[in-house]
Amino acid sequence: MAEAALAAAPVAADKTVLSVKGLEAWYNESHILHGVDLDVREGEVVTLLGRNGAGKTTTLKAIMGIVRKRTGSVVFDGRELIGLSINRIARRGIAFCPEERAIFSSLTVKENLFLPPQIAKTGAMSAEHIFALFPNLRERLSSGGGKLSGGEQQMLAIARILRTGARFLMLDEPTEGLAPVIIEQIGRTVAELKRAGFTILLVEQNFRFASTLSDRFFVMEHGRIIDAFANSELADRMDRLHEALGV
Amino acid sequence: MNLFGHTITMPELFGQLLIGLINGSFYALLSLGLAVIFGMLDIVNFAHGAFYMMGAFAAYFLLQYTGLNYWWALILSPLIIGAVGAIVERLFLKRLAGFDPLYGLLLTFGLALIIQGLFQNYFGASGMPYAIPKQLTGAYNLGFMFLPVYRGWVILASAAVCFATWLIIERTKLGAYLRAATENPTMVRAFGINVPRMVTLTYGFGVALAAFAGVLAAPITQVRPGMGADIIAVVFAVVVIGGMGSILGSILTGFVLGVVEGLTKVFYPEASNTVVFVIMAIVLLIRPTGLFGRAA
Repeated sequence: MAEAALAAAPVAADKTVLSVKGLEAWYNESHILHGVDLDVREGEVVTLLGRNGAGKTTTLKAIMGIVRKRTGSVVFDGRELIGLSINRIARRGIAFCPEERAIFSSLTVKENLFLPPQIAKTGAMSAEHIFALFPNLRERLSSGGGKLSGGEQQMLAIARILRTGARFLMLDEPTEGLAPVIIEQIGRTVAELKRAGFTILLVEQNFRFASTLSDRFFVMEHGRIIDAFANSELADRMDRLHEALGV
Repeated sequence: MNLFGHTITMPELFGQLLIGLINGSFYALLSLGLAVIFGMLDIVNFAHGAFYMMGAFAAYFLLQYTGLNYWWALILSPLIIGAVGAIVERLFLKRLAGFDPLYGLLLTFGLALIIQGLFQNYFGASGMPYAIPKQLTGAYNLGFMFLPVYRGWVILASAAVCFATWLIIERTKLGAYLRAATENPTMVRAFGINVPRMVTLTYGFGVALAAFAGVLAAPITQVRPGMGADIIAVVFAVVVIGGMGSILGSILTGFVLGVVEGLTKVFYPEASNTVVFVIMAIVLLIRPTGLFGRAA
């Protein structure tokens, strides 16, 4: 049922939607990113890999403008984002789902789900589609946001950003702390979104999860990209990856 | 009835209950504005009394210089003073975002002293009369007492505005934005909502509530530079008792404490000016987050 919820969308091959060049970022005085270069093409799932503290989350937050002190270039859809505020970057069509999920506990599930304004005239997923993807949410609509399980929170967090109409999603560790059966469901959802033409930049520690979904990978260390490769090259890289990721 | 050596008559009891409800109307409106502002900006708005006073003055000026009557003032004064509040937020309070809330408290306290000092300098300490609008003069005979029409109106108007504010915050989309932004402003911005503008408008709205209370008060207390300073200490006690940032709590506590104060005037007048502060001390000892407050 969920599989049929979204029609496949045609994808323009090789059109770069996000191009990051020489991105540096600071938290207060600490210099976290030292020149990150990466690109994401339309319709791709791209995963950032790396150990804890390599700068993966900071990269997403710097693209989104949440980390305010940043330099370099972030071009999205042909336009520069550096210097724009968070809400204006969001309005350009980027949605961010943070690691901590950020479900508002003082709002009901329904209020959480319908909170984001539609930033695009088209593309906002209808409530019916969302409930087809996440059937559990329908039954929990009147619950308080703070009363959900970890898996339900993650589903709500993903569902919520689909309401905005953004076609570019950044998901920070969507499987963290979740049971295998829930991880499987999230995986099916990400695959479904990719089929529907969404472009997804993923940060993931769960390498097995990422390897089944991603078209390409970037490996980060000490605030830099140290390697980039396509899914087809994955098998040849396993030894080096084990070393770089410590898995 | 005889209590503590006073003979209490029914008209006296109901009279004080009525005065209590009227004071409660002002406490509720003012503490509601403080709660809205505190929830969103984390600022204890000590300038609230000054804005209340400015609301009354705006009504007075509108009548004196433009001939716009009470009903116009009820709408225009909150708009004008609310706009002044929004400017104050943009010019001063915005710069304190991220600092300890103490800085906001000190800044607004200083602002209040400056505003009150300026008004005192130009208008003196004595009050200027503001007539009750002719539609609201007279009194109803309720049988056991006379209810001045204007007093009844104040209670109704305050309750209606408080209820509407609660409804907006708890039951509308706009309110959901406010509650969400109170919890996690960054995430709300990441949905494309201009939170800084929302913060400015929220402060302006809280200030507008104070100005509305000021217009309601003008025919009762006269228009005086010191009228805000007189009431604000009690209002802060009300906010502490109700719990900082609780919308419903601030409304209920405002009305209830007004009535408690009124009843104290009947049964033990000597304590009527201090009873609110005694309750505040007890609440702080037993439930430091306030009766309706959530633990930080």
